[in-house]
Amino acid sequence: MFVVMALLVGALYAAAFYLLLARSTVKLIFGLLLLGHAANLLIFSAGGLVRANPAIVPSGVEAPLPGYADPIPQALILTAIVISFAVLAFAAVLVKRAYVESGTDDSEEMRTTEQ
Amino acid sequence: MLWVILIPLAAAAAAPLLHRLLRAHVAAVLAAVPIGLALAIATRLPLEPGAAWTEVLPWIPDLGIALAFRLDGLSLTFGLLICGIGALVLLYAGAYMRTDSRLGRLCGLLLLFLGAMLGVVFSDDVFVLFVFWELTSIASYLLIGFKHEKQDARDAARQALLVTGAGGLALLAGLVLLTIAASQMGLSTDQVSRISALTTVDLSGHVLFVPALLLIVLGAFSKSAQMPLHFWLPNAMTAPTPVSAYLHSATMVKAGVFLLARLNPVFGESLLWHLLLMATGAVTMLVAAAMAAGQTDLKRILAYTTVSVLGTLTMLIGVGTELAIKAAVVYLVAHACYKAALFMIAGSLEHATGTRDIRQLSGLFRAMPVTAISGILAALNMAGAPPLFGFIGKELLLKAKLDLEYLGVVLILIASLANVLLIALALVVAVWPFFGRRCPGVTLAHEAPLLMLLGPLLLAVTGLFVGLIPGTFDSALGSAMATAISGRPIVMELKLWHGVSPVALTALGISAATLTVGFALFLRLREWLAHIAIAVARIGRRGPARVYDLLFASGLALAERVTRLTETGSLHQYVRLVLLALIVACLYPLIRCFPVVSQLSSSWHWHEVLLVLLTLVGAAAAVFSRSRLSAIALLGITGLLIAVLFALFSAPDLAITQIMVEALTVILLVLIFYRLPQFTAFRTRLARVVDALVALAAGTIMAGLVLATATVHLSPTVSEQLARMSKPEAYGRNVVNVILVDFRAMDTLGEIAVVAVAGLGVYALIKLKRRRRAEEGTA
Repeated sequence: MFVVMALLVGALYAAAFYLLLARSTVKLIFGLLLLGHAANLLIFSAGGLVRANPAIVPSGVEAPLPGYADPIPQALILTAIVISFAVLAFAAVLVKRAYVESGTDDSEEMRTTEQ
Repeated sequence: MLWVILIPLAAAAAAPLLHRLLRAHVAAVLAAVPIGLALAIATRLPLEPGAAWTEVLPWIPDLGIALAFRLDGLSLTFGLLICGIGALVLLYAGAYMRTDSRLGRLCGLLLLFLGAMLGVVFSDDVFVLFVFWELTSIASYLLIGFKHEKQDARDAARQALLVTGAGGLALLAGLVLLTIAASQMGLSTDQVSRISALTTVDLSGHVLFVPALLLIVLGAFSKSAQMPLHFWLPNAMTAPTPVSAYLHSATMVKAGVFLLARLNPVFGESLLWHLLLMATGAVTMLVAAAMAAGQTDLKRILAYTTVSVLGTLTMLIGVGTELAIKAAVVYLVAHACYKAALFMIAGSLEHATGTRDIRQLSGLFRAMPVTAISGILAALNMAGAPPLFGFIGKELLLKAKLDLEYLGVVLILIASLANVLLIALALVVAVWPFFGRRCPGVTLAHEAPLLMLLGPLLLAVTGLFVGLIPGTFDSALGSAMATAISGRPIVMELKLWHGVSPVALTALGISAATLTVGFALFLRLREWLAHIAIAVARIGRRGPARVYDLLFASGLALAERVTRLTETGSLHQYVRLVLLALIVACLYPLIRCFPVVSQLSSSWHWHEVLLVLLTLVGAAAAVFSRSRLSAIALLGITGLLIAVLFALFSAPDLAITQIMVEALTVILLVLIFYRLPQFTAFRTRLARVVDALVALAAGTIMAGLVLATATVHLSPTVSEQLARMSKPEAYGRNVVNVILVDFRAMDTLGEIAVVAVAGLGVYALIKLKRRRRAEEGTA
């Protein structure tokens, strides 16, 4: 399953990169979204894939059952999900503003700082 | 000894503030610092040959680098020169720039430079020496560019910094190679960069010995203005005169000579060292003396003669015999005294008459008698006329060369030629400004104020005094210095009159002959000056300065072209460039991981693979979708499928968060992008194919990166500890939650701050739009 996940991560990255390379600023935002997913899954896979044994302490014992999923990558990803959402929201509003101001969503036409 | 270096640095920092409090008296007050240091250093006198005090403070023990300082004959002499001349220059500067509002800055920079120079001469660790060496470069950059509102001052400062800075890099490389060689020859880590320890092993057989030697010599040559790296020194004459008197007589330019003298015991056995120093020194000595004869600016004459003397010193260290070392010691001290005096006199003359042109200055003896007497004394010292100290130096120099069998004749010829030129120029400096008809326009000339007379007079009289009673110098200091340079015990007994022996008489004869020819040349120089000046200027335009200009211009052009190439302002190109760099950087390390990765075996279930395939289809459909809203919907589906993957692989918290965030994202994107035009294809078909290939390659690299993580095994101690502590310490059963809100709560606070700031940004962007619309509406 690890190899399959690696392929998924690679494919998501490729999709994200392709969208980032498109000159449309809207596609740029979509690319950012996919890039976030790909990065999260990269960390998740690198942390090791464990089926049906989350790092939760069952009632009656003091520690999670042996073989539990590593909690640290999960904590990192949880933070990353929230932050990438915040960044995405800001970037999306920015792109929208840029479109309203300049009348284009082609990043090549936004090369200069002048109007 | 660390205090000796720290005190002037602290005084430098306080100088601007003191200037505000004391106004023009600041220089006199600050001059107390070097005077006190000189007295403190002088308590070690008289110095026995071979005596040395060391002090070692730990700095970077892992690399064996320590703040090691060493006080021996060489560093003590330099320390006295630096502090003594430094004090006189500070006093001089106080009068020279009495009303200038930047006097405080000048004094501060001079003290900074003084501290750095003391650091250079007292260091016993090559890397500590290097740090101070660079500090002198920086301080001299600030001092040469002191009149920074003038273009030529800025250019000269930058030129000096680039030339000596490049030399500094070569020096560092050389020192590193030297220490590598030393450690392989058996020195322990804490000894390997210690200069006094380097002399104890024979490095000449090591393969790195020659490269280290060449690089270190290059660094020293750049600092001591040896041909062909000499051109920055005359240009640096745009600095205020006190700066020139200090940097270009006794200190900065002597740092290179100091380094050569200091490392002479390390390299002294090498033939290459001797030949390199002798050849470069001899060429520099002669060419610089010739170029000095073609100058009309008094300071530039002095600058070129300084280059010539630096060449002489380099050559003498290269010759390396006992007599040569003695000659170098005497010559170095004598030159420091008379050249600093002459620079100060040049400044006084300019102060009084407003010009430094040697052809316009004349007949000033009556108006400025004390300056004139100091000037004549110093210039005679420069000419090597008896009974001054310079005479002893010249006699020794000649005898040192007579001592050599084959090379001696050549060197004596070169030295005599250079000497004739220097004598003529010394006479020019001594006679032209002070005698003859009083030139028009300088009738208002007046004697310089007391503080500006003190420096030149004291230094000139020192030359005379040491010349008449040389025994005081050699017993107190000279022998110890010569011993430190050569690494072998040397006893100096300097005399004005050496009695009747073939060598002494030959030396005396050559000396008399050069004086006579020099005098004859002096008599004709006024007629020839114009022709020589034109010739020198013509050579100067084709010389190494031209190479510097070309290199500088091509450097700027290259920077511009690289900037234009990479900084296009096109996001598309930036992304492409970053991806290509990623591919190139990661390819090789990933290929190396391949053998391990290909062994990976893992179990998989059908439903998991199906889920992954669905995710892929969702992402692909989103990429190629022509409608914005359907793309958003497809991206939402992809995100939800990833949430399910999280849930399958034991990450329930991630799944929950992902579902919530995905829903929010879809709503937000629909709201924002609802009113936008349809996608248009901005790229050509070819560009799309190229982009797709780049994206695929980069994606493959990322997939390889995931697989490569399997080759890394980190010890899970942190995770285990957190999982173990979760229930008993933080009273939480969900370890991930406990990490976020308890163990790493501050990180989560930071995360919330990021979200809040992003929210504020979104709000501001929306409000801005509304307000502008409202304004347009009212207008």
